[in-house]
Amino acid sequence: MSQTTHAGTHEHHDDHDHGPPKGIKRWLFTTNHKDIGTMYLVFALIMLFVGGAMSLVIRAELFQPGMQFVHPDFFNQMTTMHALIMVFGMIMPAFVGFANWMIPMMIGAPDMALPRLNNWSFWILPFASLLLLSTLFMPGGAPASGWTMYPPLVLQTGDAFPFLIFSVHLLGMSSILGAINIIVTIMNMRAPGMTLLKMPMFCWTWLITAYLLIAVMPVLAGGVTMLLTDQYFGTSFFQIAGGGDPVLFQHIFWFFGHPEVYIIILPAFGIISQILPTFSRKPLFGYESMVYAVAAIAFLSFIVWAHHMFTVGMPLAGQLFFMMSTMLIAIPTGVKIFNWTATMWRGSISFETPMLFSVAFLFLFTIGGFSGLMLAIVPADFQYHDSYFVVAHFHYVLVPGALFGAIAGAYYWLPKWTGHMYDETLGKVHFWLSAIFVNITFFPQHFVGLAGMPRRIPDYATQFADFNMISSIGAFGFGFSQLLFVYVIIKCVKGGQKATDQVWDNPEGLEWTVPSPAPYHTFDTAPVVK
Amino acid sequence: MSRTQGNTRRHAGLIVRLAAMAVAMFGFGYLLVPLYDIFCEITGIGGRVNDEPASLAQLSGTPVDPDRRITVEFVASVNQQAPWEFRPNVVTMEVVPGELYNTAYFARNLTERGLVGTAVPSVSPGEAARHFLKIECFCFTEQAFAASEGRDMDVMFIVDPALPAHLDRVTLSYTFIETPRAAAAGNAR
Repeated sequence: MSQTTHAGTHEHHDDHDHGPPKGIKRWLFTTNHKDIGTMYLVFALIMLFVGGAMSLVIRAELFQPGMQFVHPDFFNQMTTMHALIMVFGMIMPAFVGFANWMIPMMIGAPDMALPRLNNWSFWILPFASLLLLSTLFMPGGAPASGWTMYPPLVLQTGDAFPFLIFSVHLLGMSSILGAINIIVTIMNMRAPGMTLLKMPMFCWTWLITAYLLIAVMPVLAGGVTMLLTDQYFGTSFFQIAGGGDPVLFQHIFWFFGHPEVYIIILPAFGIISQILPTFSRKPLFGYESMVYAVAAIAFLSFIVWAHHMFTVGMPLAGQLFFMMSTMLIAIPTGVKIFNWTATMWRGSISFETPMLFSVAFLFLFTIGGFSGLMLAIVPADFQYHDSYFVVAHFHYVLVPGALFGAIAGAYYWLPKWTGHMYDETLGKVHFWLSAIFVNITFFPQHFVGLAGMPRRIPDYATQFADFNMISSIGAFGFGFSQLLFVYVIIKCVKGGQKATDQVWDNPEGLEWTVPSPAPYHTFDTAPVVK
Repeated sequence: MSRTQGNTRRHAGLIVRLAAMAVAMFGFGYLLVPLYDIFCEITGIGGRVNDEPASLAQLSGTPVDPDRRITVEFVASVNQQAPWEFRPNVVTMEVVPGELYNTAYFARNLTERGLVGTAVPSVSPGEAARHFLKIECFCFTEQAFAASEGRDMDVMFIVDPALPAHLDRVTLSYTFIETPRAAAAGNAR
């Protein structure tokens, strides 16, 4: 990959640059990619706790069988809002934050290509999320139909319904604008010599993710607009009385929804691909095959959507097609898993916190991948469908998958962002607490799911009691462990051992050639990449 | 001169193309609606093949087997909030494929105001749908009811002899739904 000879580290001031203004205006009007990246990341961290608190309401209610704490309707609001907040308000903004911070520094660009648009894409987010959260206080309560918003159930949402639709529109708009910005940055702003196939993997995964976003977020926008017009303007896209069909919504939703799961995981793949080589002290194994694997996964994600809805009643040929195409995804994903493993093979490995989270990612994401393969088998899926097995599956790919990827990235680049080393001991404690509790939380859910416990129900049969209690204990442990993460971050921002420019042991990439903390403006003069 | 400045024009082409892609995909979401209808008509999902009156000319010409008997079951359902009484007059019939049969459903408006309803048909199993030809059916048009009015509504059908040999039972189901307000208003009732 790339070798850097000259680093554009010295700040090149002209009459335009006076450093950041002070106070709130800095954050409101900033067009600086580092400021905006920071805002995305802080916002995502806050939303992690908002969505996490909702999941703890769910786990508290499920701690014992019977109705304990909340009304069933509120329970349904919690499952719905937890998912919407975590997907649109937490994990997607977190990775956009990483993209903002790191992509310009990784490709040797002075900033994102469209800085003002960048400001706007961020500032849509808090308002859209507040709009969504405000539904909790509306007559009829928050949306309670599941984050998939299937009609006709979703049409029974109270006053919250149009707010749900508009907040999805806004969140989608924010993502599309962010995606356009990332693509233009990567395509047009690379430093001389930084060819596409010399880019760090993180840039590659984000480039492909951004294309996925542009391709599918508008489809979701169209689908929820149809819901809106069905409810208020007498159209019949999903109303059988007018010749529509509710199953059509499921097709539209999952045409968006399946690429969406790769939108969530691909940037995490990218982060892991940066971290594993650094701490194995070897270059990434099979760089080009990694790029092609990501592209293949992205392509396949468009032709597998109906595996989310095997039970709606589709022709056998359709079931076979979607089963086979889904299993096909295991091939490029397997390429990635094996390449990561080969990267570590005979490496001089050290286990700093980012590496620990990355290795856990590799191991636990693979478990989630395998349960996904089980779900792809049509006859088996009829039993697993809508059970806790599905919940266990997607939480394994989302929490120790995507979220661990984000946490690993945060530890990896924190010294570059703040100029201080984080507290390694506390980081390791945070890792072990997270890794243990995440398994206590989600592993038992495989068992209750296989035994027939349905998802999204506030009560359950007594034979599921023990595993649910274990799962709830794990959830509370995992939730409170994340407070340690916040403490480590705050401590690192406030001070600590000075980080060197390289931070780690000879890591690869342009971001390690600039000082720590990274100056407000980097690469005003383009670096030369051989 | 900062490297960021004066670049917007350089980016314009790509931005326009990406924005056009987003707009096109929004349109594609809507394109999925007719695509889905076509797909359902080809495969017979949801018994959608007979939304229009069939004619005897559509019979496949498969030789009639006078000894073959098919049990046709009639099912009626209403949305739980819908103010209708709705039931088939006959629950099952033994029919010979290729012959024309008549039956009727009964519906009554349970409210004190006029109502317009639509019956949505469905044939199961799905592979039977395209062989179940409705020559005349109350489901082809909207049905207007005066306050408390009740009446019989006719169905005239033929089971095509081309019905797959392993089927001996076909279910015709109607869901009777109050026509959405806007659609009813559009018909100036």
